[in-house]
Amino acid sequence: MRFVKRMHYLQDIQLFQYTSTMVWYALLVGALLLVPMVVGTYWVSLMILIGIYIIVALGLNLLSGYTGQVSLGHAAFFAVGAYTSAVFTTKFGVSFWLALPAAGIMGALVGIVVGLPALRLKGLYLAIATMGFGFIVEEIIVQWEHVTNGVNGMMVSRPSIGAFSLESDERFYYLVLVVALILILAIKNILRTPTGRAFIAIRDSEIAAESMGINLAIYKTAAFAISAFYAGIAGSLFAHFMYFIGPENFTILESISFLVMILVGGLGSVHGAVFGAVFITFLPELISTAKDYLPRVIAEQAGLQAAVYGLVLLLFIRFEPLGLYGRWLKIKFYFENFPFYKKDTFRRIRKFHRTEKQ
Amino acid sequence: MFLQLLSSGIAMGCVYALIALGFVLIYKASEVINFAQGDLMMIGAFIVFTLVDRFHLPFFLGFVVALVVMAFFGKAIDRVVLRPLVGEKAFALVMATIGLGILLRSIGGMIWGYDTYSFQAGITDFPVNIGSVALSSVHIWIMTVTLILIVGLYFFFNRTKTGISMEAASQNQLAAYLMGIGVKKVFSNIWAISAMVAVVAGVLLTPIQFLNYNMGFIGLKAFPAAVLGGFGSIPGAVVGGIIIGVSESFAGVYLPDGFKDIFAWIILIGVLMIRPEGIFGIKERKRV
Repeated sequence: MRFVKRMHYLQDIQLFQYTSTMVWYALLVGALLLVPMVVGTYWVSLMILIGIYIIVALGLNLLSGYTGQVSLGHAAFFAVGAYTSAVFTTKFGVSFWLALPAAGIMGALVGIVVGLPALRLKGLYLAIATMGFGFIVEEIIVQWEHVTNGVNGMMVSRPSIGAFSLESDERFYYLVLVVALILILAIKNILRTPTGRAFIAIRDSEIAAESMGINLAIYKTAAFAISAFYAGIAGSLFAHFMYFIGPENFTILESISFLVMILVGGLGSVHGAVFGAVFITFLPELISTAKDYLPRVIAEQAGLQAAVYGLVLLLFIRFEPLGLYGRWLKIKFYFENFPFYKKDTFRRIRKFHRTEKQ
Repeated sequence: MFLQLLSSGIAMGCVYALIALGFVLIYKASEVINFAQGDLMMIGAFIVFTLVDRFHLPFFLGFVVALVVMAFFGKAIDRVVLRPLVGEKAFALVMATIGLGILLRSIGGMIWGYDTYSFQAGITDFPVNIGSVALSSVHIWIMTVTLILIVGLYFFFNRTKTGISMEAASQNQLAAYLMGIGVKKVFSNIWAISAMVAVVAGVLLTPIQFLNYNMGFIGLKAFPAAVLGGFGSIPGAVVGGIIIGVSESFAGVYLPDGFKDIFAWIILIGVLMIRPEGIFGIKERKRV
């Protein structure tokens, strides 16, 4: 067991609680820098996708996991970012380095536009309204042909720094890695400010948060804006990574897959967003590896991947609602408090009454 | 033209209403939003199709068998998927039904393949002229069945003891349990009823839409209908469905391309701005 002597209140909110943690993270970043030199191009491209999804999942986790506002239309913000970046670079000839932040800001603006009316909506109604917003954005992309090329999609090129081109996957990987690390640090820092704690307060009880002096309108809109900013940045990276974007990249299924990421990874934790993105991106790989060991009747089914996807989601909700990060915490807790582990520490609290109807 | 659009809109709206009815029933009893309703409808329609088209059962018999099978299937879903999650957060429940929907869709694809079938048995499609309006016989079937179901369910929930106990269970599970209502049984029954409604919706929908493993996606269109009506209200689902159906059919003619598919959502967002709890919704308050 490890005991920390608390000398200062700021110790409670510092980024790294122990020096050893910092060392471990530094080692991890070092290992990530070496990845393109060790593994093949295919794995590097998977790592890029993971990086992009981590960014979306971080934003969505801030909105759904920390602030408690479920969004079933997050692919729309992703699409706004992707198309902003694509249109700016291809039609207006703007540099990628301006288009990337522009994509984020455009996402944030759309986030505010969605967030403001969403203030009046709660729970289920919000989820369905955001789902509707997702459909509307998808249709706008299809119909607004002279800007978005409609169903034909848009061709996008990879950026470069001066003469140094980021054309290859290996080089693009470093761009995604840097952006993802900056955004992870940013969200970690947002969460330890009063703003971040206000988000958590809103999730736990809106009424209590309001009576503590938190302006619900401002903070909910801020959560939407930050979350959409992240999705916008990720969308821009996605567009330049894929070379090609079309409306079919941004359907409701994509929104659901983002939600599955944060749910499987762990709601309301930064680690969770990372774990979820890694897990969901590797799942198809796992399935195709597992196919060799399965009986042929099952292995040759075309719908196998979707079935596993649905099943994984159901099993996680049933047996590990805290997600992979929750499991990780439990294992860590077990070893830290070695002989004293109690199952009840992580017991779920259930409520058997819901809303009061009149 | 106007009457024609209006009546075909109403007919389409009734289909939405039928699917929405499935959501509403489950929501009314257990405050679970069932994102898998459209996929239940797909499974139901395919069971009827298999029985009638492959095993050559008479249509009515096949329909009844499918009703029974789906009732038990609904109960099984409640037992396996939702009962262990009683008392969890709404978000977890929503995601569970989304996962269930994905699973059902892929299982449907595995069993019946990815082809599109047309299935006309039982309800045949021929034009019926009423005054200057030409309606399809399928549309008349849909409207009649919806009307019967709505009236029946309305009385069930307001007049029978079982119905009222379901309403009680939805408001406060613990209190209902203490009053001697078998909450588990209530939920199990409501899933059975909802799955049976899904079969009815599926059978009525297949003559106008095709039969495909992906047809559950039309269930998403029923969400605006259910929300417009206020999620927990049975007459609301019908009104919502008809509003969506009629406005969609007008939008398809009078508005530019592309509006038809998303018009339902535009109306939904518009209405939610003004009345966040839907047209027939009940204002919900929370005790701190």
